[in-house]
Amino acid sequence: MKPFVLDHADSPDAALAALDAGATAIAGGTNLVDLMKLELATPEKLVSIRRTGLDEISADGDGLMIGALVSNADCAAHRRVREGWPLLAKAILAGASPQLRNRATTGGNLCQRTRCGYFYDSTQACNKREPGSGCAAREGFNRIHAVLGTSDQCIATYPGDMAVAMLALDAVVMTEGPYGPRRIPLAMFHRMPGDEPSRDNVLEAGELITAVRLPAPTGGVQVYRKVRDRASYAFALVSVAVDLAMEEGRIARCALAFGSLGTVPWRDRAVENVLIGEKPTPALFAQAAEVLLKDAQGFGENDFKIPLAARALAATLHEATQTGKA
Amino acid sequence: MALPLADLYNTPDERNLLDTMKQGVIGKPLDRPEGPLKVSGTATYSAEWKRSDCAEGFLVLADIAQGTVKAIHADKVLAMPGVVAVLSDEAMIRRSTQGTAGEAPAQDVHTVDYFGQPVALVVAETFEQAREAAQALEIEYDAAAEPVPLDPQSPDAKIEEPSDSKPVKGGDLDKAMREADYAIDVEYDTPGHASAAMEPHATIAEWDGDRLTLRGSYQMLAFNVKEMADCLSISPKHVRILAPYVGGGFGSKLGITHEAVAAAIASKQLDRPVRVVMTRQQVFQTVMRRSETRQRVRLAADAAGKLVGLGHEARVSNLPDEDFAEPVTQATEFLYGGENRLLKVEVARISRMTAGSVRAPGEAVGMQVLEAAMDELAQKIGMDPIELRKRNLPVKVPVEGTPYSSRKLVEALEQGAESFGWDKCKTEPCQTRNGDWWIGMGVASAARVNVMIPAKARVTLKADGTALVETDQTDIGTGSYAILGQIAGEMLGLPMDKVDVVLGDSELPPGAGSGGSFGAISTGSAVMRACEAIRDKLAKAMGCKAEELELQDGSARHGDARQSLGELTGGKDIVEVGSIKPGKTFKDYSQASYGAFFAEVGVHAFTGEVRVRRMTGAFGFGRVLNAKTARSQCLGGMVWGIGSALTEELAFDVRDGHLVNHDLAEYHVPVHADVPALEVILLEERDAAASPLQAKGVGELGICGAAGAVANAVYNACGVRVRSFPLTLDKIIPHLPDPFASPA
Repeated sequence: MKPFVLDHADSPDAALAALDAGATAIAGGTNLVDLMKLELATPEKLVSIRRTGLDEISADGDGLMIGALVSNADCAAHRRVREGWPLLAKAILAGASPQLRNRATTGGNLCQRTRCGYFYDSTQACNKREPGSGCAAREGFNRIHAVLGTSDQCIATYPGDMAVAMLALDAVVMTEGPYGPRRIPLAMFHRMPGDEPSRDNVLEAGELITAVRLPAPTGGVQVYRKVRDRASYAFALVSVAVDLAMEEGRIARCALAFGSLGTVPWRDRAVENVLIGEKPTPALFAQAAEVLLKDAQGFGENDFKIPLAARALAATLHEATQTGKA
Repeated sequence: MALPLADLYNTPDERNLLDTMKQGVIGKPLDRPEGPLKVSGTATYSAEWKRSDCAEGFLVLADIAQGTVKAIHADKVLAMPGVVAVLSDEAMIRRSTQGTAGEAPAQDVHTVDYFGQPVALVVAETFEQAREAAQALEIEYDAAAEPVPLDPQSPDAKIEEPSDSKPVKGGDLDKAMREADYAIDVEYDTPGHASAAMEPHATIAEWDGDRLTLRGSYQMLAFNVKEMADCLSISPKHVRILAPYVGGGFGSKLGITHEAVAAAIASKQLDRPVRVVMTRQQVFQTVMRRSETRQRVRLAADAAGKLVGLGHEARVSNLPDEDFAEPVTQATEFLYGGENRLLKVEVARISRMTAGSVRAPGEAVGMQVLEAAMDELAQKIGMDPIELRKRNLPVKVPVEGTPYSSRKLVEALEQGAESFGWDKCKTEPCQTRNGDWWIGMGVASAARVNVMIPAKARVTLKADGTALVETDQTDIGTGSYAILGQIAGEMLGLPMDKVDVVLGDSELPPGAGSGGSFGAISTGSAVMRACEAIRDKLAKAMGCKAEELELQDGSARHGDARQSLGELTGGKDIVEVGSIKPGKTFKDYSQASYGAFFAEVGVHAFTGEVRVRRMTGAFGFGRVLNAKTARSQCLGGMVWGIGSALTEELAFDVRDGHLVNHDLAEYHVPVHADVPALEVILLEERDAAASPLQAKGVGELGICGAAGAVANAVYNACGVRVRSFPLTLDKIIPHLPDPFASPA
């Protein structure tokens, strides 16, 4: 582990000034400290943003503003979140462990890095860790890797749950930075690897997430289904977030997002369009899956994710449309 | 009367002394005396000792699988802040030491045998400095000219017979298979497993002149002393090991490991204490693995479901020249009948970290496969799987012809079935659907050989009427402190607060150590014998025979005479060393602990996820020394069974031989949410052939077959028979029935 200097910022402006001076922001540190131990991240200066006051959840018109420093545990337990956006609470509680959720934050969770074993192992080639070194995962043990949005350079997933729910809920990431504030729709926040897999998201140098904004509650049926190898404390093999409404036996509105299926939290409007206006049937679910997975590509160990995603989608839609009817 | 205190246990001790005692503490579910220290963080584990001027070492692992170290460019690293040394010594060990080796394993880290082998140690003032320098250390290698394969399935892998076991052959199995009314011929795979003990391997070494003291995390101190001495070419008398608390071992700490030898060498060279703690990733990469296995099971049965033939052949793997071969068929030898037999293990020589003992070597993976195959046979015959097992229990061990010392298998199957509600099990799969979940039940037998290891213990009855039990026996979280105290308390008639137990110091009389389920019966027997000798002296002082002496609550009674133990000592401590060695009873009788597992699982109709809903285990292992610690052992074993059935798998990249999932995030041991209500039934049993305690081993019994019950329940739930453990959903979903279809 490389030596580093840790400072505390007591306001967002102080944090931005520190970032401008080359510091790396640390919030919960649940991922960053691991990366530092393994020297996958080697910041010389860290600025803790835990005292910046960005830890409030507040109403914002009909929507909700969740401060970047709100812990996952607090967010999932918040009354307004549970009432208006239960999908978010469910997704957060499906992730990590209580200890980690107490520590991990809203902004930090969006920035967590992949769980690709080749990324974490400096004896292995990884374009995300070391651009140009190659991708050992492509022909390696890639059970947890992506089948959508991959590139020749990288097949790693964004592993989290929270962002998947936020994607289905049309959340917006609020940032401050050297060029002023930005509102980045969650759908635009994470980057597919393309030929620059080292950049996981669109944050610029010196830019700080201050909050995530959720638009008004939809009042829809919300289900988060996380499929994983063990019942807790495991990253998703595939997860599905759905927010839908039924009218007269048909799907009137539907937002769907998928986790650990693509290189980024995955949303495909074409899949939603297949479903909207239709009666929920196994055949319809299968048709939606076909659209979702038409470009899916497995790499051996993760081939199963393709049929699994179709099954998880069917299960989730079945549950949500059954609930929606009642 | 002279007491039969001969070391060798040649004749079953039918006196059953413990049942004639009066104190009433033996078998009771007493708390572990050191428990409060552990849960309050005040039990000092190996890396936690404070030694002044202690330097910190960090192991450097090879990033090639096979070759030789050509050059270590230490200069740059030695200039880094805090770095005091870079060692790559000929005495450092390449491989983990096998349990009970008592000598050094392969030494000289300039040869690389497997990916992740330690090749150097960097020592610095702080752990972080050492780690940073270790990351920066550049090492050049020459690749091996004739590498062995990285994959046990490689056609190039050299296949050998194990050096320490021979195939069991009887009759003509091929013919029996051809002529049987029902025959099963199946092949199963089990993956490699990690011990994944909670406490990583860690050692603090320090020298006082030519005397070495190690504070570390080890299971078998008497052997570890010899191993360390041999590694360093010094006298065992000059090595002392302190290991009062060990945070789990599961086999991975039976023999001395890399960090201990490296710490000792560094400490000698630097003339100051050196601590070496392995990271979690290093533990996964360098210490013992359980070998993966490929097992062929052949079962031939007559029309009545009686086995006429039984084949169990396994291929396992290990590094070249390692004697250990996962003894997959160990319990198959004695569990079921079938006169036409072939039991055989072969070893593929490959390059992966040393394969050795991981909790219940042999039975853990052998029983889970045998019991899954038995379920396949029951299904084929259309017979209740419990009935099939009951019909196939031999009177004597097939081929060998030895009698069984005791065997509570039928009772375990029956009482377990009763408590679990086995009568509700549907005979055909896909009969019960609960929402999105298929529900099913499965059963399996449990069996694990009983092992005794030579052991000694010293018991002192002090002039103040309290007792002190001393041995180098370790407590790896299992309850050694508790049960050894209970044995002494029972034998000497003392309440537990009058008995002190001191363990984990190699200067104390050598107990058995912890492993192979032998710690309690071996060291416990030594304690019992020391107590017998003390009782003898007390009886003499009391003027009666030992068997007439009643000891209870610190008092001795004979007829109307009554004296306190303190008075009886005459003001002088009575010190006795008890000793036991396995003798003829281990040849005359087949000794094993038995049991039965019952599992109910849910299989998600859409996603194929398997979750255990409840589990019952019923176990007979002779006398229960402490109902709480024994139950905990069984619970822990069943949890291992869940992991072995559903999630645990060492994933190697066969291109370069590295272990991909070398942490607890990706090597999936069961977490709380995977472990539902587990029920443990302890059966009353006495086994005089197994030990004077009338007890047998229980530490590993709870695993041996557990995963089979889970796999059988998966089949019963959804009709999918997966012959490759663990039963991850990717292996299940291709075969699941249509999730939208109504249950059959």
